[in-house]
Amino acid sequence: MLNADNVSCLRGERRLITALSFTVQRGRLLAVTGENGSGKTSLLRMLCGLLPAEEGRILWHGEDVRACRERYLASLIYIGHLNSLKDDLSPVENVTISARLAGEEISEGKTCEALESIGLAPAIHRLPTRVLSQGQKRRVSLARLWLSHRSLWILDEPFTALDASATDLLMQQLRSHLNNGGIVIAATHQEIEVGVDRLDQLRLAG
Amino acid sequence: MSQPGMLAALREIIRRDLLLAVRRRADVLTTVLFFIMVASLFPLGVGPEPAVLRTIAPGVLWVAALLSCLLSLGRLFTADYVDGVLEQMLLIPQPLSVLVIGKVTAHWLISGLPVVLLSPLLGLQFGLSGEALGVLTLSLLLGTPTLSFIGAIGAALTLGVRGSSVLIALLVLPLFIPVLIFGAGAVTSSVSGIGAGAHLSLLGAGLLLALALAPWATATSLRIAVE
Amino acid sequence: MMGLARINWFKYSSPQAFYPLAGRTMPWFAAAAILLIGVGLYIGFFVAPTDFQQGQSYRIIFVHVPAAWMSMFLYVVMAMWAGLGLGLNARPSFMMAQAIAPTGALFTFLALVTGAMWGKPTWGAWWVWDARLTSELILLFLYGGVMLLRASIDDPRRADRASAVFALVGVVNVPIIYFSVRWWNTLHQGASVSMTAAPKMAATMLTAMLVMTLGFWMYSIAVILVRMRCVILERERQSSWGTHHSHREAVEVH
Repeated sequence: MLNADNVSCLRGERRLITALSFTVQRGRLLAVTGENGSGKTSLLRMLCGLLPAEEGRILWHGEDVRACRERYLASLIYIGHLNSLKDDLSPVENVTISARLAGEEISEGKTCEALESIGLAPAIHRLPTRVLSQGQKRRVSLARLWLSHRSLWILDEPFTALDASATDLLMQQLRSHLNNGGIVIAATHQEIEVGVDRLDQLRLAG
Repeated sequence: MSQPGMLAALREIIRRDLLLAVRRRADVLTTVLFFIMVASLFPLGVGPEPAVLRTIAPGVLWVAALLSCLLSLGRLFTADYVDGVLEQMLLIPQPLSVLVIGKVTAHWLISGLPVVLLSPLLGLQFGLSGEALGVLTLSLLLGTPTLSFIGAIGAALTLGVRGSSVLIALLVLPLFIPVLIFGAGAVTSSVSGIGAGAHLSLLGAGLLLALALAPWATATSLRIAVE
Repeated sequence: MMGLARINWFKYSSPQAFYPLAGRTMPWFAAAAILLIGVGLYIGFFVAPTDFQQGQSYRIIFVHVPAAWMSMFLYVVMAMWAGLGLGLNARPSFMMAQAIAPTGALFTFLALVTGAMWGKPTWGAWWVWDARLTSELILLFLYGGVMLLRASIDDPRRADRASAVFALVGVVNVPIIYFSVRWWNTLHQGASVSMTAAPKMAATMLTAMLVMTLGFWMYSIAVILVRMRCVILERERQSSWGTHHSHREAVEVH
């Protein structure tokens, strides 16, 4: 269970978010919406710790994340605007190396399975990422969601650059994650079909 | 903070950066060529008189090595910053300082070690011989990693900033000066018979100090840059 | 003074409260500066005895040495505010560091120029690579780095913190740089000229230097107060339009 308690953050000298509090329970998805510049990305980055909260605190299972930083980071996946892929490595290499850096040992076989699950043909698994299209690169960056067992997913506009089939695959994976008791916090303009009984909304006014 | 976890992350980062360097061999060659070219400019500017060249050799070769390191610093974090990999590195439970040590080590293996290995050849070109060549190589072996560690702070501070390539130079060159003094001084002392022991010890101490303090400063600067 | 004990000093840590305080106290510091510098120059240029080796030209030392001292003091003070800012995450501390840097750089430059003015009549050269002058030059580069780094980064928060980190890295390095430059100087024995081989200090000379230093301190404080006011104005203007821009929302909307 994730809890934000009275958090605020600054961007430049501007106060972007003030005294925001919310709770997200297991098996629920929090959709963060709002216009451009309203602070969706900043909020998500605050939850990860990339952006320090000016005031307030964030609690993971009741504990301040600053106190249990390692455990918190080991429980979350953050996928931001950038794909976090090295152009000179192949999709398989990118995914396996990132996983190993994060402390998870993943076999190449499993990686290929995950890449196929998100709709990438085996033919392109070992090409340099440089030659892939934007949509394909986005799929590669999302492949972690099929591989990892971490419970908290923080996704910033995950559906960008995805075509209809990839969007469906991602929706399915989100539903399956929620079924398993995971938490998703996603900034999005898209309608997320996970069932109205699992969806919370947070609208930021910029 | 588990020991095997930290070592594993360190090993993984070094392996990844070396793999990337192998895929982009041009980067290694550019640095090495730059080193050779800068060193070669001096005889062209000063004249080929052997006695003069022998006198200026320690300083010239050290300055050339220093400038090559400076040139390569722009590449240390920029690519990772631009493609988002740096962000993900900040989300790894392992301490960021450990990852920084990994990146700087890989960076030195790619940009610094070739300079060290090439230096005896250039030393010969300048008329250095025997013990002086050995001291030159050893001083660069101790000094270039220190330069990389110090330079990493400047690279992290100027990530994504307008005009960062010149700004890095302005920030980092004053900090390089002690290493330059002791490095070139080691070779000069060896040539004049005083013995390079004191200089090399100081260089070694400098490396340990940089290893202890610079990764923390670099990690702080990276966090500031990514905010 | 009982009045002082009753003042709540923490009140002045907010920029809005500091601004009028700075405005009121500045003229006193400026007056003290003019007085002390005047007295110091008088003693140095008219009262102190003529040095039998260097004649009248040595008198520039009464500006050179205090300026060099100030350049180093101010760097340390700036680094201290920078460290406080990073540790406490306090914007006013960063503003203070920002206000100090240009004055420190000015004194460094003054030390270099007066050093050259001393060198010319004494040793016939406008520049001597002695340990102290060379260290002053490197200090100028460090000040330049702090100021340029701040100027190059658009985001004020990042600019503050980056230049603070650099100031701290610099302050750790200053002793190392000074030590290495002195080593370098003694190694290359051509440097028989040295600023540290100054004429023996008669009591009046020392008095003059101390008075000048104190005068420079007063000047620095006055100028820094003025600069702080400018910095505060500049920053508060930016933040005032941001405070109306956020909302509070509670969740668990089904």
